[in-house]
Amino acid sequence: MSWDQLGPLLWAAAGQTAYMVLVTLVVGGFLGLALGLGLYLTRPGNLLANRAVFAVLNVAVNVVRPVPFIIFLAVLGPLTRAVVGRTIGIEAFTFAMCVMATFVFARLVEQNLVSIDPGVVEAARAMGASPLRIIRTVLVPEALSPLILGYTFLFVGVLDMSAIGGYLGAGGLGDFAIVHGYRQYDWAVTGVVVVLIIAIVQLVQLLGNSLARRALRR
Amino acid sequence: MTAPIISFRGATKVFPGRRRGGAGEVRAVDGVTLDVHAGEIFGVIGYSGAGKSTLVRLINALEPTTDGSVVVDGTDLTGLSEARLRPVRAGIGMIFQQFNLLSSRTVAGNVAYPLEVAGWSRARRAERVRELLDFVGIGDKADVYPSKLSGGQKQRVGIARALATNPRILLADEATSALDPETTADVLALLKRVNRELGITVVVITHEMDAVRSICHRVAVMEHGKVVELGDAYQVFSAPRHPVTRRFVASALKDRPSPAVLARLRERHPGRIVTVRVDEVSGSSAHVTHVLREHEVDGTIVYGGITEVAERPFGSLTLELVGSDAAVGAALAGLRAVTDVVDHGTAADPRDDASAVVHAPGNREGSDR
Repeated sequence: MSWDQLGPLLWAAAGQTAYMVLVTLVVGGFLGLALGLGLYLTRPGNLLANRAVFAVLNVAVNVVRPVPFIIFLAVLGPLTRAVVGRTIGIEAFTFAMCVMATFVFARLVEQNLVSIDPGVVEAARAMGASPLRIIRTVLVPEALSPLILGYTFLFVGVLDMSAIGGYLGAGGLGDFAIVHGYRQYDWAVTGVVVVLIIAIVQLVQLLGNSLARRALRR
Repeated sequence: MTAPIISFRGATKVFPGRRRGGAGEVRAVDGVTLDVHAGEIFGVIGYSGAGKSTLVRLINALEPTTDGSVVVDGTDLTGLSEARLRPVRAGIGMIFQQFNLLSSRTVAGNVAYPLEVAGWSRARRAERVRELLDFVGIGDKADVYPSKLSGGQKQRVGIARALATNPRILLADEATSALDPETTADVLALLKRVNRELGITVVVITHEMDAVRSICHRVAVMEHGKVVELGDAYQVFSAPRHPVTRRFVASALKDRPSPAVLARLRERHPGRIVTVRVDEVSGSSAHVTHVLREHEVDGTIVYGGITEVAERPFGSLTLELVGSDAAVGAALAGLRAVTDVVDHGTAADPRDDASAVVHAPGNREGSDR
């Protein structure tokens, strides 16, 4: 196919990738932050220490995270059907991405919160702050810089996941590179997509680094 | 005597052991009963692990007691729910060894934090923050982030933050332990001002006897979770009873010569070496001068120092006495009549008095208020 024909297809694929990635970043980012806070707060010795809840959350994260995403798609099938109504298509695929991103980001959030000086949390408690206020005014702002870097890392992971969207008929840049590049023995097409993805990742990483630096008050 | 603002009654805090079945549990605070009076600066001193940090956390219920009771400003904290404890905590200021400032907020933002918790309006907060920063002497640092401040400035921010909501009690947990000596003196002076000008009761936790010496009215000495000595700071310094207290006093007052120093003093000075105590009861060293002149004995100061404990003079001087044997003997008797004397003898006739750091009995009652 010529670039005249490929151009519009590439644009459509980029749009699909943008949809998958953005929805996942918003939903997975939000739920992952909540789950990560839950992990941190219920850890023994912390603000809402609860051994049972912590154990459940911790095991859940450890079970989900290491499953290869292409297998995770299959395992999640029944739940995807229950929530989305079908197991193929961009919505079903994005749903699976959101679930995986939630668990991946939860661990990143927890690890960044652990590095906060417990003395600062104690000081806030000593001033009569409630746990909810401490989350809002101490934990998130104090860990903001590493959280931004973690979120940037999540973006790269999510973009990576979206590459196999073609497997469930969700399309996207990865699918485009396989269908119109690899299978057509057209290395130029594959190359263009790879360069495009690298450029996007570089841009986002730059943005993340600069935001993280600004959030770091040192 | 003023009413107690903080009362511990058999207060106990046990941390459960890591292993199953509670093995290895730690009795951090073990049956402490004591009162802190309104308006005083109360010191709690002890080595690390003595339980003093846990004790102070019982006051604002950052740690709940396992047994016994803690009554703060008329409120019994025992068994209060977390939600009920929050307003109590908000009414008690606390400062920390590592300052514990929010690095994501400016100096003004840090000081405003407890005011936000207490629900003050933005305008009132701004006014109060300015007032507090002026009080602690860093009015020009309002918009700076804590990472740009020195340790002393950070602790000033900590103090301003702790005073924001007009607490009646200020808890200082090793507040000067991370600071250099000069900055320590500044911060201690500020705590004294907080106590004097604002009438706030200050509880100082420290392992530095110097802090106690310069600002505390009364002091409790802790070891293994228990209070082993309690009393007027001057009294505890001048007549320490417990071995731990003696070690602390010796660390703060380096006025008494060690055995090695004594040996060198005897080498250097042929006369009789004696150490005389200078305190409020025995009066200034003028008495010593007077006695020596009376017996025609020359006294040369060869070691020692006089300092202030709780704003009263305290210390000792080591003298070389030169004169006829009879005159020196008579002078020694004369000195013993006015103060505590330790006779170290001479190089030829050394008397290695074990009581060199422990005071001779006799003047005990006199030093009690």
